[in-house]
Amino acid sequence: MDKVRALIIDDSSVMRKIVERSLRQAGIELEKVVEASNGVEALAALQSNVVDLILCDINMPVMDGLEFVRQVATVQSAKGVPIVMITTEGSESHVVAALSAGARGYIRKPFTPDQVKEHVLSLLGKKP
Amino acid sequence: MSTDISFATRAHEENWLPILELAVEEVFEIMLGCRVKPASSEHLVNGEFTAMVGLAGALCGVLTIRCDAKTARHVAKSMLGDTADSEQQVADALGEVCNMVAGNFKNKLAGTDERCLLSVPTVISGGEYSFRSMAEGDSLDTVLLFEGAPVAVRLQLQD
Repeated sequence: MDKVRALIIDDSSVMRKIVERSLRQAGIELEKVVEASNGVEALAALQSNVVDLILCDINMPVMDGLEFVRQVATVQSAKGVPIVMITTEGSESHVVAALSAGARGYIRKPFTPDQVKEHVLSLLGKKP
Repeated sequence: MSTDISFATRAHEENWLPILELAVEEVFEIMLGCRVKPASSEHLVNGEFTAMVGLAGALCGVLTIRCDAKTARHVAKSMLGDTADSEQQVADALGEVCNMVAGNFKNKLAGTDERCLLSVPTVISGGEYSFRSMAEGDSLDTVLLFEGAPVAVRLQLQD
């Protein structure tokens, strides 16, 4: 697989860096990392960036992750791009809501790089 | 499970304090790569940084994590490496730790996770303040040692 262009959405800049580091630790070569601190910023970023993978928090101000997943379905350039939720919200209802909205994976914080690897590589068509 | 008993009663009957401590230990071990252990409550914590996350729904209250500035910087460096230097990054890191502890704690309480929501974190820097809840309630308090420095964790419950 070619290098990956990733969109990381989290209101914490620290968590965005940790997610990026976890992707690199998972052996994923990153061509570009686009960061957004909420769903609105992420939708705007997708107007000018094509990405291969989206990692998204749920609890965020302005627009939360679940609403972002619903709205991104209408963004042509993001069609088919796998979305993995990374969140402290671990309840079954949140998982179901995220997957129903279109997310393809769900990682609970705190998480290990191995968990990121496990969830992301298969979505990108790479062998762990 | 009955919902008409107070959180304070549930916290006592279900022995929530070790669950809270376990939630903290897991976050520090997984995200910071450091082990923390409960310490004597006699450790005085200089609360120059206080991170807060609100819980609402099946469990109402506020989780706070408090430590001195040096320890908060150490937390940020453990998460980000040496690039963590600004006060904004330090506050962000402590807020995210608080957020993960709150989430991890509620995920461990049977029957609570589904119906409890978390606020986004708030971080106060500076120690010249007092914290007073307007709601009736009890609190769970613990102090843990992170690299030898005390970190105070409080879950203020609101009935």
